Amino acid sequence: MTVNATAPARPRRTRGIEAARARQALWLLLPTLIAIALVAGYPLYRTFYFSLFDANLTSPDQRTFIGLDNFWFTTEDGVAVGFLQDPKWWGAVKNTLLFTVVSVFLETVFGMIIALVVNSAFKGRGLLRTAMLVPWAIPTVVSAQMWAYLYNDSFGLIGRGLLGGQAVLANTDTAIWALIAVDVWKTTSFMALLILAGLQSLPGDMYEAADVDGASKWTQFWRLTLPLLRPALLVALVFRSLDALRVFDVMSVMLGNVNAASTSMTGYARQALIDNQLLGMGSAVSVAVFLIIMVIVVIYVTAFRVKFD
Amino acid sequence: MKKAVALFSLSAAILASSHAGAVTVTLACGDVGLELKMCKEGAARWAKKTGNTVKVFESPKLTNDRLGLYQQQLAAKSSDIDVYQLDVVWPGLLAQHFVDLTGKVPASEVNAHFKGIIDANTVNGKLVALPWFTDAGLLYYRTDLLKKYGFKAAPKTWTELALMAKKIQDGERKTNSAFSGFVWQGKNYEGLTCDAMEWLVSFGGGTIVDSTGKITINNAQAAKALDTAASWVKSISPAGVTTYDEEAARGIFQAGNAAFMRNWPYAWALGQGKDSKVAGKIGVAPLPSGGARNAATLGGWQLGVSSYSKNQDAAISLVRYLTSPEEQKIRAIQGTYNPTLPALYKDKDILAKNPFFGSLYSVFTSAVARPSAPTKLKYNQVSQAFSTAVSDVLNGKMKGQQAVAKLATDLARIKGRGW
Repeated sequence: MTVNATAPARPRRTRGIEAARARQALWLLLPTLIAIALVAGYPLYRTFYFSLFDANLTSPDQRTFIGLDNFWFTTEDGVAVGFLQDPKWWGAVKNTLLFTVVSVFLETVFGMIIALVVNSAFKGRGLLRTAMLVPWAIPTVVSAQMWAYLYNDSFGLIGRGLLGGQAVLANTDTAIWALIAVDVWKTTSFMALLILAGLQSLPGDMYEAADVDGASKWTQFWRLTLPLLRPALLVALVFRSLDALRVFDVMSVMLGNVNAASTSMTGYARQALIDNQLLGMGSAVSVAVFLIIMVIVVIYVTAFRVKFD
Repeated sequence: MKKAVALFSLSAAILASSHAGAVTVTLACGDVGLELKMCKEGAARWAKKTGNTVKVFESPKLTNDRLGLYQQQLAAKSSDIDVYQLDVVWPGLLAQHFVDLTGKVPASEVNAHFKGIIDANTVNGKLVALPWFTDAGLLYYRTDLLKKYGFKAAPKTWTELALMAKKIQDGERKTNSAFSGFVWQGKNYEGLTCDAMEWLVSFGGGTIVDSTGKITINNAQAAKALDTAASWVKSISPAGVTTYDEEAARGIFQAGNAAFMRNWPYAWALGQGKDSKVAGKIGVAPLPSGGARNAATLGGWQLGVSSYSKNQDAAISLVRYLTSPEEQKIRAIQGTYNPTLPALYKDKDILAKNPFFGSLYSVFTSAVARPSAPTKLKYNQVSQAFSTAVSDVLNGKMKGQQAVAKLATDLARIKGRGW
């Protein structure tokens, strides 16, 4: 009897504890949620809001609602004024995607090689691990300016020395490759660091067993290291791809803001918003950048089943 | 104890007196060549005279970057900067953020400046800023090299310039592989708009958008002007000229690695400096003609007082001091900054230091304005579309005719429902 009486009470009590815990968690999370809403949510909302208006940066108070005209609109005279009708925007999208695909691919390959090297035991490994982070530690604005000097056609080590007076940065078609080189130089070490962290979580005895079974180093890499490294690698890839898609600083410093607008989506957004003072148009471009990045992330996460936990 | 009290009351008295009228005014100065140094010195002279303090805000070098920064400050109604240094094409863009100086500055003081520049600073009857120095594109050349290769005078036409530059370049390359004939501002930014305006007008190709707001760029003379400029790249100008701004061009010329340079007057004083390899060997002439006329783009900077300034009276006093004849004379002598006061072009001290001021007076007074007045708030977009089209021609992506046709379409897009 007594047993029967207490039995149903027990789960009710644990439910109460769980509910209390959930409530507690909510209260503890509340400050964070408010902070996120204020610093991320509100600007995002304002961006979406202004993308539907014809507004000027210098006087945002005088705005008129124009719906999606910032994206696509043709005037009575047949003039296309929406930014999606601007070939320059599509050039920026193309260049950004090219930049992302090539630089992230190269960074992953080189990062993997570097990580494998510094993961093996040898003298001076600690020093090497620190040294490889130097390019990553230099602020992008500084390293970009440094590379701009290297590429200079009249005194640069690369522009004058290696290429004999060619100006690679002069033309956006050649400049994009120069920019990819800079990004690979800078971010490979970051990729290597992420991969190295993944490598160090792999059990050493597994390789001993593989050695006993007579598997070659090559087989070990393809059959053991790579599959086990997959989760870490994918997270690293997502991070780098997102970074590369919203690249801005390298272009802005090395090419100047006008040419940056035809090489990166964010540069195009900045030009519309700041240089041209088109608050509405600039917001619309920012929304497009946001959507493009979101779609790519969703594809990434679902296609590769990336787990962030 | 007595001592301490005395000391305390003394310092309190000093504090009180300095608080009474003295304020701190922030002045945003440019940083091209000697600009920043001279700006600081001029501000310090005013501070000493009035007992106020001046803080100098260092702006970015490139004018486009500067505008972006200022617009953000002004849109946020920030009171951080009291006095802004404004490019001659900005008053139309920024007028609403500046104090109307009409009535606050005596009319005689305003009328002492070139009328054209005062007009450029007047938007809908509001005097947005006072002129500080004016600018016009000039052709710099190496007098020693011209003599060495048997030329008697500076080139009168672009064809002549190309021939001379080629001959000098071929000769000098034998001993100096980094030598080039002609350097200018080819980077895709406002500076390229200025350079290309000069080509356009000198060939009779119009001014992109005419004074009534009609887009006039799509014409054969404009196309010819751009094609001519494109022919210089890699022949008499280095391949990298399409990445040069004012300072990059000056660096090459001043290192003795160029025969001709297109630049603003400020480059003269620096070229005669101690660290210049070409001091004493520089000549200045009007830019060559393309068949129609000699043309120089009107540049120059003004000083305006922000409406959001908390110390407007002190700020206006600073602007009046910096634009005064005494201050403009110092700047003309030390930094070749062209005065905006006609009277100073007859000043003996200035002419002794800058002999070309007198002979090129007409270049400065007849300089061509960029189409900032008819295109109003959209000037910056027009200028960017133009410099991008020019850049495409210089980089060989397009021929002049194709570029001006495409530019006309782009400008129509920018114009949209109207300027």
